[in-house]
Amino acid sequence: MKPQTDEKLLLEGLAVNDKKAVELIYKENFNTIQALIINNNGSSDDAKDIFQEAMIVLYEKVRTGGFELNCQLKTFLYSVARRLWLKRLQQQNRYSSPGDSMENVVEVDDEIEDHERKNAELDMMEHAISNLGEPCKSLIEAFYLQKKSMQEIASSFGYTNADNAKTQKYKCLMRLKKIFFTQYKNGQ
Amino acid sequence: MEDTKMIDVVERYIRGEMKPDERLAFENLRKSNPDVDLLVVEHTLFLQQMNRFGEIRNFKSTLHEVHTDLAEQGKIESARLKGTAKVVYLWKRYKRVTAIAASIAGITTLTISALVWALTPQGNNQTEELSLKFNKIQEEQKAQKAEVNNLKNKISARPIAYKSGGTSFLIDGKGYLVTNAHIIRNSKNVVVVNNKGEEFATTVVKIIPEKDIALLKIADETFKPIPSLPYGIRKSSTDVAEPIFTLGYPRNDIVYSEGYLSAKTGKNGDTLTCQLGIAANHGNSGGPVFNHDGEIIGIVSTRDTEAEGVAFAIQSKYIFDAVDELKKDTAYQSLRLPVKSTVKGLDQTQQVKKIQDYIFMVKAD
Repeated sequence: MKPQTDEKLLLEGLAVNDKKAVELIYKENFNTIQALIINNNGSSDDAKDIFQEAMIVLYEKVRTGGFELNCQLKTFLYSVARRLWLKRLQQQNRYSSPGDSMENVVEVDDEIEDHERKNAELDMMEHAISNLGEPCKSLIEAFYLQKKSMQEIASSFGYTNADNAKTQKYKCLMRLKKIFFTQYKNGQ
Repeated sequence: MEDTKMIDVVERYIRGEMKPDERLAFENLRKSNPDVDLLVVEHTLFLQQMNRFGEIRNFKSTLHEVHTDLAEQGKIESARLKGTAKVVYLWKRYKRVTAIAASIAGITTLTISALVWALTPQGNNQTEELSLKFNKIQEEQKAQKAEVNNLKNKISARPIAYKSGGTSFLIDGKGYLVTNAHIIRNSKNVVVVNNKGEEFATTVVKIIPEKDIALLKIADETFKPIPSLPYGIRKSSTDVAEPIFTLGYPRNDIVYSEGYLSAKTGKNGDTLTCQLGIAANHGNSGGPVFNHDGEIIGIVSTRDTEAEGVAFAIQSKYIFDAVDELKKDTAYQSLRLPVKSTVKGLDQTQQVKKIQDYIFMVKAD
């Protein structure tokens, strides 16, 4: 098998959150990125953070499908992690110029910008859900995230029937959307 | 149409679950009614955000799991840096401080040695010799002690009837465990058994009866030190109502039970303990209480005799106190408590899988 088809398969696995694929990518790339970060004033915790964020950038790209990588997977991850780390150093006023060669680095500024915007939206959703309170939080998570049916939800939350659960879910949803969109419109 | 139904219809439309004719009818409604159209647009965006939130959350948990697995299998360099990487890291971090410290130290040393050289009377050979002799005596003493211990071990080799039992857990991979003082009160022999049934002899290194804490050290050649423990010990207190779980040996197998923290203090406002809403049995004593991040927040110690499902745990900060107390003895300087939980973010089944190997049954005579 050609390396390119290999990587294509890996990305397809990544897109559906397949643990084996994630593990392979992780194993192949983590040490290089950890070395980069540690050689540039970082700790191993920083390395884990940055690497996982770079993985999320990649995941965001592939999860909706139709994404093709125009460089090697490892180059992409390295470039993203490098950019993320330099950015973080800058924010902490600890800028240093990494002593690595620029050979294996591609331009990823757009990706990072996109990622930051998406991250902000994600934070809004997280904030909105965590402000919802119980039982709304669990109810919404069960329906929209764990994709449980209304019958299942009714029985596990102790509602007398699915219609009652539905009414309750509706009320929760309205509150959630209100919190979310208030932030969303302010953030735009 | 009712609002509840409307959302239902819109969601079915967005998910593409409508039959063609229904879909057509709905699309016509959308065209004619701008409110409906706005609702569809808004709700599509909302559902997209929601889905993404869920997927990213799952992905983060996969990443976390993978990281822990690979680090454990040694396939990536784990949290502990080794060899040159660590030296490089420390060097970079402390370059300046080291330089300053080194120059100050250099100057001081030079001055002091000059002074000493100038001021010391000659002929201090005698003192040196004495200290050498002293060392020799100490060594002999050590050898004698070891022999006596050997003999003692041989004498006590007859089978031991264990009377008391409980749970304990590792707080340092080198073989340090914590348990309740009441389990090992007046015991001569204390052994611990892991969930595979392997037995290890231990020595009691510290008992603090008023806190009901005892520290043990495994003294058995068959015990292999563990490079890093998967859980951390929490220094600060936990919030009331937080879900918690415990692992212990109320019988010969390790048993999991879960509950919640019901009060930050124990019975009658006791500040040493906290109250748990959990079913605990004899034998759970000395077991760790974990929060959902896999951090130890306490040691199960007693249960309420008047109420069902109420137990008390010694707050974890007292483990730190006990260890500090022990470390006053220079022989235990190397003891390090784990403060970071590497199982944070994993689901409970995974957490228990990784944790259970470090929870031991205690048997005392």
